[in-house]
Amino acid sequence: MRVGYYPGCSLHGTAREFDESLRAVAGPLGLELVEVDDWSCCGATSAHATNHLLSVALPARNLALAAEQGHDQVLAPCAACYNRLASARHAVASDAALAAQIPDLIGRPFPNSVTARNVVEVLREQLGTLRKKTVRPLAGLKIACYYGCLLVRPSEVCTFDDPEAPVSMEEVVAATGATAVAWNRRLDCCGGGFSLSRTGSVVRLSREILDDARAAGADAIVVACPMCHSNLDFRQGALVRRGEAELPVLFLSELVGLALGLDARTLGLERHFVSTKGFVERAMAEKPAPAPKQPPAVKPAAAPAPASAQKEAV
Amino acid sequence: MSRIGVFVCHCGENIGRTVDGARVAEELGTLPGVAHSVDYKYMCSDPGQALIKQAITDKRLTGVVVAACSPHMHEKTFRRAAAGAGLNPFLCEMANIREHCSWIHEDREAATEKAIDLGRLIVEKVKRNVPLETIRIPVERRALVIGGGIAGIQAALDIADGGAEVILVEKEPSIGGHMSQLSETFPTLDCSQCILTPRMVEVYQHPRIKLMAYSEVDSVEGYIGNFRVRIRQKARSVDETKCNGCGACQKACIVKNVPSEFDAGLGKRTAMYVPFPQAVPNIPVIDRDRCAYFKGKARGMKKDACGKCKEACSRGAVDFTQEDRFVTEKVGAIVVATGFDLYSVGKEQSSPGVKGYGEYGYGTIPDVIDGLQFERLASASGPTAGKILRPSDGKEPKRIVFLQCVGSRDPAKGIDYCSKVCCMYVAKHTMLYRHKVHDGEATVFYMDVRAAGKGYEEFTRRAVEEDGAVYVRGRVSRIWREGDVVKVLGFDTLNGTPVAIDADMVVLATAIKPRKGIETLAQTLSVSYDRYGFINEAHPKLRPVETNTAGVFVAGACQAPRDIPDSVAMASATAAKILGLFSNEMLEREPTVARVDAALCAGCFHCERVCPYGAVEHKEIRDRKGRLLKVVADVNPGVCQGCGTCQATCPSKSVELMGFTDEQIYAEVNALAL
Repeated sequence: MRVGYYPGCSLHGTAREFDESLRAVAGPLGLELVEVDDWSCCGATSAHATNHLLSVALPARNLALAAEQGHDQVLAPCAACYNRLASARHAVASDAALAAQIPDLIGRPFPNSVTARNVVEVLREQLGTLRKKTVRPLAGLKIACYYGCLLVRPSEVCTFDDPEAPVSMEEVVAATGATAVAWNRRLDCCGGGFSLSRTGSVVRLSREILDDARAAGADAIVVACPMCHSNLDFRQGALVRRGEAELPVLFLSELVGLALGLDARTLGLERHFVSTKGFVERAMAEKPAPAPKQPPAVKPAAAPAPASAQKEAV
Repeated sequence: MSRIGVFVCHCGENIGRTVDGARVAEELGTLPGVAHSVDYKYMCSDPGQALIKQAITDKRLTGVVVAACSPHMHEKTFRRAAAGAGLNPFLCEMANIREHCSWIHEDREAATEKAIDLGRLIVEKVKRNVPLETIRIPVERRALVIGGGIAGIQAALDIADGGAEVILVEKEPSIGGHMSQLSETFPTLDCSQCILTPRMVEVYQHPRIKLMAYSEVDSVEGYIGNFRVRIRQKARSVDETKCNGCGACQKACIVKNVPSEFDAGLGKRTAMYVPFPQAVPNIPVIDRDRCAYFKGKARGMKKDACGKCKEACSRGAVDFTQEDRFVTEKVGAIVVATGFDLYSVGKEQSSPGVKGYGEYGYGTIPDVIDGLQFERLASASGPTAGKILRPSDGKEPKRIVFLQCVGSRDPAKGIDYCSKVCCMYVAKHTMLYRHKVHDGEATVFYMDVRAAGKGYEEFTRRAVEEDGAVYVRGRVSRIWREGDVVKVLGFDTLNGTPVAIDADMVVLATAIKPRKGIETLAQTLSVSYDRYGFINEAHPKLRPVETNTAGVFVAGACQAPRDIPDSVAMASATAAKILGLFSNEMLEREPTVARVDAALCAGCFHCERVCPYGAVEHKEIRDRKGRLLKVVADVNPGVCQGCGTCQATCPSKSVELMGFTDEQIYAEVNALAL
């Protein structure tokens, strides 16, 4: 299936591993990602916070480009990009006066014909293929699926799942053979764009999320948003330095990649701040039918090499 | 030559604001055949009607046109006035210049022109009206009550005490409805069962009430005074005539883990069960979906998987071979009293357009329960024998958070209306809780406290002032579980601060919805319902217990959220209406029914196929020697509802709807075209 691909700035910067892992799993899952030519900013954060018209026009431009290039859907892996694209579509569809202004602003017609898709949504559509292509079932690994705020809300814009009790990410995780744990903070705020301006708040919010996932017995958190990843992974460094236990934070596509048998380097798993080594080793381990692995195995695996794994940065 | 009288009403400002009544009267007065034309401020008032009567006598009018509101509103009024002056009432017609004109237009000039047009075409119609005689039909003096909750029970008892026979149909194995599940009732805190069960017994023993529990209405035919109702008696698998209610079969039943509907899922029952010990009738039922014997048969087992109940029964009442039976009853009136369901907080919703609250954890956190479940916890007949113990670990909760308006008044969830009873029962819950757990803390999150009713405001104040309930104005955004604590995160909108509460249990006051399947029943009865499924009353103020189908009445929470006093009042009102109906020897019906011209009819029976009411019959035409000439269609005037479908369908134009003949309709159209 041919899908327009809108990586956005994050996937070219802080979330390179999201981009790498996504491109790596696309092939096996039968997805052909075609990057939208000449894409520009989606309008998240700055435009969104300062100028409503601009915050609609910017995503509209990108969607219009995708339409010109023959796409009927665009995959925006970043949750903020996805949210902006979908929100702009919704705003234009429900406000005729606004819709009339757009073509002039972006210098091209805006048919509003291209749907904005996120990674969870797209992967969930490929569940059958994923189950078939899974060569390394992640049985025994417990995953906390973290949606954050932008993926499923607001409900009138993000309609692919229930805004308060979503299940889609859990379904994808289950298809990899891993177990999705039940926990409380799946939809809480990670601090989002306040990472630099109010670091203290972000650390506090992230810690609550990490603690809850850990209490639920998770071996890792899985996310589908570069901002969430940065806050939970990068800011976790501060907590780890204070002696708190590590909890790897993976992109959903990385977890899927592991199940598909791809190696950690291809998936960008070595770029994380919190080591994924122990987790990857457990995922790679040959698992005979009865799982002899003891739950405490998590800690020794994470303990030996905390420093060596934290190589890559922005 | 016709002598038509035209009477133009201003309806106060309603018509007068946009339509020049005087000009309409003047213009219509110039039409040929119009002998009299006047306007008046309130034509439906006593002097207005007198004006019409006077003119009929003085001007020897042969027809009357009242240009006023919708015929739905006042056609009866004006026809009665015309009849009072000796004119056949069906020579009086209305031109609707209010709903069809003044209310929907702003331009006075154009609206006045339109009103003149509307008047003119009715004048042309009335010129071609013929006198019609009211049809008189006999009344079957028996009533059917659908639903055996408090509303149905009250209606059945009142009708039966009034001297008429009643058939009470209840879907569940026992009557009693939701009221039998309640612990105490507001605003007096009297025991629900204590006031209800005697009435249930009264129903059972009443010589004029035929109770058909575990039965459903299958189909309804006919019309007011003459309904034929087909009732499905579901197979109990127990012979009612042999069973003496000893309970031995239930003790013997090996399937003991079925969630009890009566205990709202908090308790267990057997597959062979009576819903609760005070059930009426006290005859058990086999839940065939759960019974080991029937499950075994469904799996194709040759041997009987079980049969313990049959062995245990000393009277040989258990009958596995019983099947659903159908009985047909003739009744003259029907009461719909099917009651309510609680809105489901979780994801699964029974009706489209309604959404749940995923964030409240209902269904996943055992200590988050709904109001009905709390009733069962507080009830002496409940799973905890009236002790307030939380479902997860059976401990006594020291802090309970109550949430009002869960679903109700939330357009985002698809329920815009107020469920009416929740404010009151939450106040009651806090009191019951504090009376039983003295050191317990009750916190209520509310949007408003709506306590309109006798003694209601005092009751909610008592919950706060005497029983120490803490009311927090605001909504709860999330509920989750940490260890054995239920965390509640909300917002106090009066303080403007977030509130986080560590609770032991949370009770959700969920919205009231019409019973599942109400739409099907409503369609069977040809009564209308609103977008939520609540049965529509014929008029929100003046005909609150009648429906748009004559002879079908409505009582209780199937019409809107209702508390017990309201439901009982409605039920008694339906009884009064029905007893009034039954006091007539014969019923009068409008003669606007279809009539077949046997000479023209070719006997194709297209009309029979399209008639929604089954009113078309076959009639044999014979010559004097008794030889069959042809078979033609014939309309039963008692069944015909005057919809006109046959008239539109007839290829030989041999069916006419009286009062709406082709000649009349074409005259109207022509009047508009000229």
